[in-house]
Amino acid sequence: MIDSILATAAQIVAGSTVRWAGCAPSEEQRIYIANHSSHLDFIVLWSYLPPWLRRRTRPVAARDYWARDVIRRYLAVRVFNAVLIDRAASPGTPAGQLGRQAVDQMIEALGDRHSLILFPEGTRGSGDEVAPFRSGLFHLCRAKPQVAVVPVYLENLNRILPKGHLLPVPILSRITFGTPLRLQPDETKDAFLQRARESVRALKAAA
Amino acid sequence: MILLHDVALQRLFGGLVVLLIVATVAGRLIARRARDERALTTVRNLNARINAWWVMCVIFAISVVIGPIGAVVLFALISFLALREFITLIPTRPADHRALLWSFFLITPLQYLLVGIHWYGLFSILIPVYAFLFLALRIAMSGDTTHFLERVSAIQWALMICVYSLSYAPALLGLGIRGHGTPGPTLLLFLVIVVQGSDVLQYIFGKLFGRRKIAPHVSPNKTIEGFVGGVAAATLLGALLWWATPFAIWQAGLQALIIALTGFVGGLVMSAIKRDRGVKDFGTIIAGHGGILDRVDSLTFAAPIFFHVTRFFYGG
Repeated sequence: MIDSILATAAQIVAGSTVRWAGCAPSEEQRIYIANHSSHLDFIVLWSYLPPWLRRRTRPVAARDYWARDVIRRYLAVRVFNAVLIDRAASPGTPAGQLGRQAVDQMIEALGDRHSLILFPEGTRGSGDEVAPFRSGLFHLCRAKPQVAVVPVYLENLNRILPKGHLLPVPILSRITFGTPLRLQPDETKDAFLQRARESVRALKAAA
Repeated sequence: MILLHDVALQRLFGGLVVLLIVATVAGRLIARRARDERALTTVRNLNARINAWWVMCVIFAISVVIGPIGAVVLFALISFLALREFITLIPTRPADHRALLWSFFLITPLQYLLVGIHWYGLFSILIPVYAFLFLALRIAMSGDTTHFLERVSAIQWALMICVYSLSYAPALLGLGIRGHGTPGPTLLLFLVIVVQGSDVLQYIFGKLFGRRKIAPHVSPNKTIEGFVGGVAAATLLGALLWWATPFAIWQAGLQALIIALTGFVGGLVMSAIKRDRGVKDFGTIIAGHGGILDRVDSLTFAAPIFFHVTRFFYGG
């Protein structure tokens, strides 16, 4: 109930044209990787998935933002069924350990039927360029090589709600789903991350 | 219920329904005869357009029948959605965010509020004077001066076209005519029927007889034959609707000619903007037509001119 109301509201605000250019909506397990430029990103991407797909697709989100108050925590945990991960190193924990923890959480969240929405840049960018991807995506794919990685390009969401603003301007946006890719057996970390990033950037040019 | 006692309105809407039925039947007949792929694409687009016309006519009829509030709210919504499509196409920067919030959520509703209460003295200057200066100030205050003039001008243009110009259509509801009181909905209906009729007639004449392009670099689908035939037929259509207006038959024809010509120019200018921004349509909201702005592009030029010509020569 709440989830379909929220999804409709997100669709009204974002007014997206959705193109499944490289694949169709499917029940197969996937990791949707998208560029990140606005707080709206995962809600909008999630809202434009067909309802049956929405229920089994879990956004990966930063705990420091989504666990900050009761409402956000409720939405993240109960409505979006989000996977909350620690991204900023808290005092005393080495960054590498946090990264491993996050990857373990994502592997567990995938289980054997769920899909994930992941922003491999790790943080919001300006919207002009896609930043280099963090290595978590690689480690996740090495542990789950059968899961397809679907590149997604989100256009104009940073114009609807730029960094540092609270109220959205109703500009029309566009969501493009690209062709799925998989980690090759002998592919190095850098090569794979670069290939994944290129697949997202290519959708921008094609849009 | 305005429809119960306004005979002219009943006849105009009745005429529209008859026209749409004829168009629907004709569309189905043509669809049966289409053979090759190109003809099929054209026919599918034609039928999508006709279906969309049904929906648009019903929405328009309901809003007019509800009374002045209905038409004002309808055009306010059209303006809001048109502004959304326009702003999407122009290169704004994050520093413009506040100025855009003001444009969407304060200036647009305020303009229609003033139109709704018939405050001519203020609605005719709100955007060209106050919003014009305020937007420049607000964007200057943001501190980001990159492409300052282009950004300010584009947002001002968006408001002028999508909100200010379009709001002249429902403003006709409050326009007093010497010796005729306030004819209200029939003037609005006359404008909308002639301007949209002119678009359709230009499309039909263009498809039937179009050979020579009139503006190949701006709007490659517009032809001289479509333009001349469509404008002439729309002028005739307007003259034949004289009985619903405060005008004599020749005056109605002349008004229709002005509406058709300004409507054509509006479509041409909006095509130039689309071409500049590298898109074919402003949006995808109406099947077969593109965006809202693609459907009302001619109205953005025709409405303010028709309003002021009428006010100048017949106002009372």
